[in-house]
Amino acid sequence: MTNLEKYNNAFIETFGVAEEQLESLLYQGVPEWDSIGHMQLIAALEDAFDIMFDTDDIIGFSSYEIGKTYLKKYEVEL
Amino acid sequence: MGFFENLNSFGDKTALVCGSGDSGERSLLTYSQLAKDADGIAHAVGGRCLVFLVCENSIPSVAGYVGFLRGGIVPVLINSGIDNALMMYLLSAYRPAYCYLPSNQAGDMVSGECVYEYDTYSLIKTDYECDYELSDELALLLTTSGSTGSPKLVRQSYKNIAANTASIIEYLEINEDDRAITTLPMSYTYGLSILNTHLMSGATMLLTDATLMDKSFWALMKEERATTFGGVPYIYEMLKKLRFARMELPSLRYLTQAGGKLSKELAEEFNEICRNKGIKLIVMYGQTEATARMSYLPWEMADKKAGSMGVAIPRGKFGLIDENGNTIDTPDTVGELVYEGDNVTLGYAETRHDLCRGDDFGGRLVTGDMAKRDADGFYYIVGRKKRFLKLFGNRVNLDELEGLLKKQGFVCACAGVDDKLTIFLTDSTQEADITSFVINHTGISRGGFKTKLIDEIPRNEAGKVLYSALADMLG
Repeated sequence: MTNLEKYNNAFIETFGVAEEQLESLLYQGVPEWDSIGHMQLIAALEDAFDIMFDTDDIIGFSSYEIGKTYLKKYEVEL
Repeated sequence: MGFFENLNSFGDKTALVCGSGDSGERSLLTYSQLAKDADGIAHAVGGRCLVFLVCENSIPSVAGYVGFLRGGIVPVLINSGIDNALMMYLLSAYRPAYCYLPSNQAGDMVSGECVYEYDTYSLIKTDYECDYELSDELALLLTTSGSTGSPKLVRQSYKNIAANTASIIEYLEINEDDRAITTLPMSYTYGLSILNTHLMSGATMLLTDATLMDKSFWALMKEERATTFGGVPYIYEMLKKLRFARMELPSLRYLTQAGGKLSKELAEEFNEICRNKGIKLIVMYGQTEATARMSYLPWEMADKKAGSMGVAIPRGKFGLIDENGNTIDTPDTVGELVYEGDNVTLGYAETRHDLCRGDDFGGRLVTGDMAKRDADGFYYIVGRKKRFLKLFGNRVNLDELEGLLKKQGFVCACAGVDDKLTIFLTDSTQEADITSFVINHTGISRGGFKTKLIDEIPRNEAGKVLYSALADMLG
């Protein structure tokens, strides 16, 4: 699986959304991506890439697209 | 005396600080302003009657709540995220004279004339004919779970609120310098008790609907120097994920934890983190049926009695009973937990016609929780008598949920552990419909449950679902 596939899967599995929805996906933009969903998404990403996010990155992770830029910081190339 | 009668004695002290939006804007309200604004809302209602209060952690929501209590008006506290169908059901079951709610929700939820506006809230006079009476003791009503479509409410009296507020202030040593930040809705008994106790103490409430995953929450916490907050287990899961151990929050004096038991690992981790930071961590136990709190674990005992919910709150009393209702005196013996105290509520209501009822519980609450007591008198919850679990602090009755799903024509059975509900089903074509129904109509969030397809729902010869067999299939 490529890193992008892993990244996408974390969203698809946590929120039960379709791949087509990903690009426009925002925190609190769908009922599933609430604060609890956010915690579960972060856990899924940390597991998938074996990283640990900093506090500021967790609370700054406000969309599917913005999240990609955060991953770069942890040396994950998408 | 009720906390709401005492406001003017704190005069110009700040009662409420609201941090709304990401702009960092703050609204403040002093105690005397709060009393004045609250009385304005109550005056618009006129006199004692039933009002639906759709709650947010905001100044107009708190002002309405305080005003209703000051004016002898009985509010039903409802979460602003309530499912529309459940709101309709509650409206028809209780026929409130007024609804006080965010103006932007008013059109969707209720029909009637807007008679008063305060900040972002509107007071709507409904068209219902009042064909019921309110008991003199009745102060307010709270939902028990709000998620399974049950219109069942808990009836709390003025005496209940005064008693529980006084006990909590005493054991938490809440004082005028405290600044509590909200992490829970005020329609939820634990959140409400934090509000009541701090207003009684002349302390400051920092109000926000932002969650721990929002920047604005942490900005409010730091800039307004919060001294305390409460958390149900998932809040502690979030704190862990957010690396609470590494955060610099020098203003924090103590944290409370209730609404379900922390896992052993999480409890140990937070005991250590809090000890290192010099923050007191106080585990508590309660139910809406007991106004809010029944027990607390003194923070000095957090390590020695890890896993315990502590001892009864001041002026409360616990006991354990066996299957026949006989008192259990032997230590370390499991029985059903029973609580006695002035905070045991009047009872339930299922329709408006129950609102005239007096004290059904008689000061004694059979909790439905199974517990044991050690030789030092500390209590430990070991399980539950009834089939319910807690999802992110909210009680979900599994039998009620099953009934609700069955009514929709789904074939399924519900089981699970706290924060992880599993819905077993046998027909794969129903899976998507069940999922969307649960998300849209029960208030249970996507992350709180999963569906699992099995060949057959295990049943005994009488056709009763074998939940013990399902428990083995949770995986």
